[in-house]
Amino acid sequence: MNDGTTASEPRGWFEGLDGDDADDAEEKAATRRIRDGSADAPADWPARAVESGFADDETDYYARLREATVEAAREAAAERERADDRQLVHAVRSMDDADRVANELAERVSEWAGTQFEAGSGVDYARELAARDPEGPDQERVVSLAGRVADLADEADDLRTYIEQRAPTVAPNLTEMAGPVLAARLLSLAGGLDSLAKKPAGTVQVLGAEDALFAHLRGRAPSPKHGVIFTHEFVRGTRPEDRGSAARAFAGKLALAARADHYAGERRPQLHEDLQERMETIRARAEDTDDDSTEGGAAE
Amino acid sequence: MNGDDSLPEGVDRRTFDGRERLATSGPTVYGEPTDGDWRLWDVGRSKLGAMLELGMGTGLDGGESVLYLGAASGTTVSHVADFAGPTYAVEFAPRPVRDLVGVAEDRENLFPLLKDARAPTSYAHVVEADLDVVVQDVATRGQAEVALRNRQFLRGDGKGRLLAAFKARSEDVTAAPETVFERLLDELEEGYEVLETTRLDRFHDDHLGVVARPK
Repeated sequence: MNDGTTASEPRGWFEGLDGDDADDAEEKAATRRIRDGSADAPADWPARAVESGFADDETDYYARLREATVEAAREAAAERERADDRQLVHAVRSMDDADRVANELAERVSEWAGTQFEAGSGVDYARELAARDPEGPDQERVVSLAGRVADLADEADDLRTYIEQRAPTVAPNLTEMAGPVLAARLLSLAGGLDSLAKKPAGTVQVLGAEDALFAHLRGRAPSPKHGVIFTHEFVRGTRPEDRGSAARAFAGKLALAARADHYAGERRPQLHEDLQERMETIRARAEDTDDDSTEGGAAE
Repeated sequence: MNGDDSLPEGVDRRTFDGRERLATSGPTVYGEPTDGDWRLWDVGRSKLGAMLELGMGTGLDGGESVLYLGAASGTTVSHVADFAGPTYAVEFAPRPVRDLVGVAEDRENLFPLLKDARAPTSYAHVVEADLDVVVQDVATRGQAEVALRNRQFLRGDGKGRLLAAFKARSEDVTAAPETVFERLLDELEEGYEVLETTRLDRFHDDHLGVVARPK
């Protein structure tokens, strides 16, 4: 994206532009240069701009600079906000809706289809029906409805694929740790990467368990050990008495991963190694205590 | 103490709710109280404001050219632009930049940049050299490093000033703030001569105000 600035002589953002502000393409080019350009060192840009004829005088230069920076900042901020984490939040919510509606509608289909075809249930059954050639108007309606179910289920699959492709660029660390779909769910529950990055680990741990949390706060229930992160192998695959520790450790690293993604945006291998190590320690507790586990006593 | 002598031109003390408080003259930004053309500069929301309120020798006279690192939504930088000359405002997070752009639209001398203060090469093609002041308020680890990397924008004749607010908790939440500040100042002295430091705790917990000049 960097348009090949030479290392020797730093070039200002305006160099190569003629300063004709009636020109739309010129304006776009200026915005681009502010956003993507670079220089090894600053220089007396106002004087250089006047010398090169880009601006009439210093006042004119600052007016142009302001116009270009305001436009560039607005554009870049909007792009980054539109970017990516918002898209992912919408995608995961849509995927869940599509899934839920497909299942509900599949139930309706099987109830109706049972009066006309062999019995069956679920989205797969609807897919089977959708492929049939209907005989008569009754079957036609059922087969058509089954077709909608199949389409919705396909849409949910496509959304999942989209999430799997996009999540690693939006939140590389969070995705590596949680997997793309759980990463997107956490973003969705928090309301975006920005908000997730600002949440303490304790909140991340119980995201998605708000009902249980509020029941607890009203004194009616024990504190929830985990919210949506339960779906991850690190928590679910840990024996029940250690799940609290696992959830806490996992949430702690997820919070750090979200912060790294939001504030730095680059991969942090150390984070992932730390989590791996911590999980091994927690899991080792099980091996230490139950030699006669159904797993066959992994230790010694 | 009365620090009025240390206030730059364009910054004044005005009476709001019966108390003398800092104010600058310019379009309002977030619904702050006004007194005629003057609008309240809330030092509880602004580290640079707190440095002025506490009478630190910022060397500001008004009309300076400024690079402001960590501009956030532009609350403080709007006051800076009210009394300073060309003001470059760098902020890395997109959400606050949306507000910052709104602030810049009302001010001719404010240039918003969605850039990372740790990577000055990404804005050195826009920000001019030989600036009078670098204001730094970035809540990231490596605050001394940020100041060192941005030293290149300051004038080299001994009159350039770094006005920084160091946040202890951004460096290390476990260490005592004193220890963190000592380390930061040590590192800062690789490129700057530290002229004055004052704890801003009355207004901002665990922050150190620093005035320095390039060596």
